Amino acid sequence: MNSTTMVSSLEAPRTRRHRTTGGLLLALVALLMICAPLAIYPLFLIKILCFALFAAAFNLVLGYAGLLSFGHAAFFGGAAYITAHAAKVWQLPFELAVLAGTAFAALLGLAFGTLAIRRHGIYFAMITLALAQMVYFMAVQMPFTGGEDGIQAVPRGYLLGIIDLRDITAMYYTVLGGTILGLVIIWRTVNSPFGHILSAIRENETRVTSLGLKPERYKLIAFTLSAALSGFAGALKAIAFQLASLVDVTWHMSGEVILMTLLGGMGTLIGPIVGASIVVGLEHFLSTSGLPITFIIGLFFVVCVMMFRRGVFGELKALLAFKTLT
Amino acid sequence: MAEASLLDVKGLEAWYGESHVLHGIDFDVRKGEVVTLIGRNGAGKTTTLRSLIGVVGKRRGACSYKGADLLKVAPHKVARLGIGYVPEERGIFSSLTVLENLLFPPAWQAGGMAVEEIYGLFPNLKGRDSTSGTRLSGGEQQMLAIGRILRTGADFILLDEPTEGIAPVIIEEIGAALRILKDRGMTIILVEQNLRFAASIADRHYVLDQGKVVDEISNNALDANMDRLNRYLGV
Amino acid sequence: MTDIFGVPIVVLLGQLLLGLINGSFYALLSLGLAIIFGMLNVINFAHGAFYMLGGFAAWLLLSALGIGYWETLIAAPLMVGALGAVVERLFLKRLYRVDHLYSLLLTFGIALMLEGLFRHVFGAAGKPYPIPPSLTGGINLGFMFLPMYRAWVIVASLAVCIATWLAIERTKLGAYLRAATENPGLVQAFGINVPFMLTATYAFCVGLAGFAGALAAPLYQVSPGMGPSVIIVVFAVVVIGGMGSIGGAIVTALALGIIEGLTKTFYPAASSIAVFVVMVLVILIRPSGLFSREA
Repeated sequence: MNSTTMVSSLEAPRTRRHRTTGGLLLALVALLMICAPLAIYPLFLIKILCFALFAAAFNLVLGYAGLLSFGHAAFFGGAAYITAHAAKVWQLPFELAVLAGTAFAALLGLAFGTLAIRRHGIYFAMITLALAQMVYFMAVQMPFTGGEDGIQAVPRGYLLGIIDLRDITAMYYTVLGGTILGLVIIWRTVNSPFGHILSAIRENETRVTSLGLKPERYKLIAFTLSAALSGFAGALKAIAFQLASLVDVTWHMSGEVILMTLLGGMGTLIGPIVGASIVVGLEHFLSTSGLPITFIIGLFFVVCVMMFRRGVFGELKALLAFKTLT
Repeated sequence: MAEASLLDVKGLEAWYGESHVLHGIDFDVRKGEVVTLIGRNGAGKTTTLRSLIGVVGKRRGACSYKGADLLKVAPHKVARLGIGYVPEERGIFSSLTVLENLLFPPAWQAGGMAVEEIYGLFPNLKGRDSTSGTRLSGGEQQMLAIGRILRTGADFILLDEPTEGIAPVIIEEIGAALRILKDRGMTIILVEQNLRFAASIADRHYVLDQGKVVDEISNNALDANMDRLNRYLGV
Repeated sequence: MTDIFGVPIVVLLGQLLLGLINGSFYALLSLGLAIIFGMLNVINFAHGAFYMLGGFAAWLLLSALGIGYWETLIAAPLMVGALGAVVERLFLKRLYRVDHLYSLLLTFGIALMLEGLFRHVFGAAGKPYPIPPSLTGGINLGFMFLPMYRAWVIVASLAVCIATWLAIERTKLGAYLRAATENPGLVQAFGINVPFMLTATYAFCVGLAGFAGALAAPLYQVSPGMGPSVIIVVFAVVVIGGMGSIGGAIVTALALGIIEGLTKTFYPAASSIAVFVVMVLVILIRPSGLFSREA
């Protein structure tokens, strides 16, 4: 079984006017993000950026390849641990520490992907969940992760050896740059021949096989890339927050990134970014309110699945498309 | 002898998702009649049956059966009105044995055939009780599919292409069984592409094309209208 | 006393017993999960949460209403099953028409809601539940001491699993269920109320989870974290066993419980991931599962 119906029902037609509107929107958002630290607490913005990249990377697998992974926290949190350890214990410079984390996530993604892609749909989800849980248990037990405390006081280091990242503004722009880099990679991948084949696989895998292509290979590449970028996001977060902890490898985290993608709108580029902003903002607001966060996240899930399957941005897009056509 | 119709269908429309498949089917069936729906592949014959049973997405129209509006009946209550459905794919359950398959549909009306009687009609089914249902040949599965309906006491049977892909010998047997059922007063709607078989038991034929009934031919007039029919069937 | 690989036999048997107990719980839970998947094509992420609800039902019935263990064993599954029926009617039923992954996400949301709610109201700490007086103590078998309650748990779980298996494989109702798994539209055309059957099936399976929770209450403490800690392992069990047969699910669950117990004896550090390692091996060798009807 495949997830054809999940995403194909969400896509609105792409008109030229549609593309320019999208482009303008993006430029606006980019401008906002550049000026934002003046108004909003930079660390909070960094959190949004990291999760936006995480969700966008996750969407590569769900929205475009049509695979529901329930274990992406292993890449996100795992890379965080490696990067934290690399920066603190091995004392690698910023760039190399982040690279180490990303590479780890890529390798892990390759391993998970090889195993999980043997099965489709629901089995794929369960396998990724189980594998990620394995990573969680190992993180709990291995000494270098610091168990419940995690790895703390991770040094931020210097960008290119000169810019001191202890300056929060410098850190912010570095993360912004990294996020934009990651998003551009995703955007280029989706709009490349590779990306088109991925979409074709999501729509009709047998057809693609009959063309002489091997869908498994494409899915695996997409999955590995998604894992790498998720790890990249986790690595950046570890440096910025100077902490790597168990929270980032739990299945709760895997679920949260799914919610961000669902809430924002699968199969769109901007959707996950919107979703991440909403969820991070929501959690920030809830953490001080005394309301049960897990319960409300769950509630959001239920409401989204029952009523807003296209997500916030997906609904907007559909509305716009409707308006353009009428 | 104009009898009141057992089933009266007017303006039946049906959709599979977005696809508008039936564009207004009109026909009627009187008690004890055997009526066939014939037509090309894709004309809407199977969809018509499925619409009566309630297995399609959306339906519209007026279908009165024994006076009641069939379209308002919940899908799981249709059989309780005495309607038996033998689908095109036969639908024999692989996880059940032959006997379990035979005894499967509940008997909603009195007057259903006893198992021995059914074996009398379809001797091939005898002695295969504990075989898995799908181990039977195509023809035997067809007999099983018809047989299990007979046990339920249904007096109105919808048969979808019973002879498709079946050896001529078995077709003979099925035809003989259907004739016996007809003699007992059973009402049957038959969807068929095999005209010879249809002619051997039917009273009237409705020709379907592109989701509409385009012609009605009584069995007596069949030979005289062969040319017209062949055009409809695209032969 | 003889030693096996340096481990005294008493310890080994003790761990095997624990493994068998865990396996019994896995069996009860994977049974329900497998049936729900077979019939409704839904992966019920909330299964763990319903297991937790069963435990809490037991604890609440005792502490708030003074209702004892034996009544609870019947009341808890009924209560949990009723909630399951509501979930199926209100939410799942509307999702059958769309991609099945949405059902997974919905049950995930329900799981979060239940876990979050209970943690908020009752706190994360475990609540103790006493072993019923009639089941305290144990039997000295000579080579080991067998606690009564643990023996009871194994017997009760297996009895319920076997009864369920019999009901599905040997009764008319079970035949309706098996047929509806294959071809629900046709079963409906035979006059059987399939929508109701789906609700009842989900409620029953979820009730099984609730039963397991009530059974577990005296053994492990009742806490909101009960669900997640067990459900992911049960998922792995189901992946290993495959969704083909109910008997297969039960056997796989018991075997994995025992493997987990053995791992704890000889290589404790790996015990929490033992099941997952087996899952990886099975995926490599026989991807569709040990008892699957595919491959």
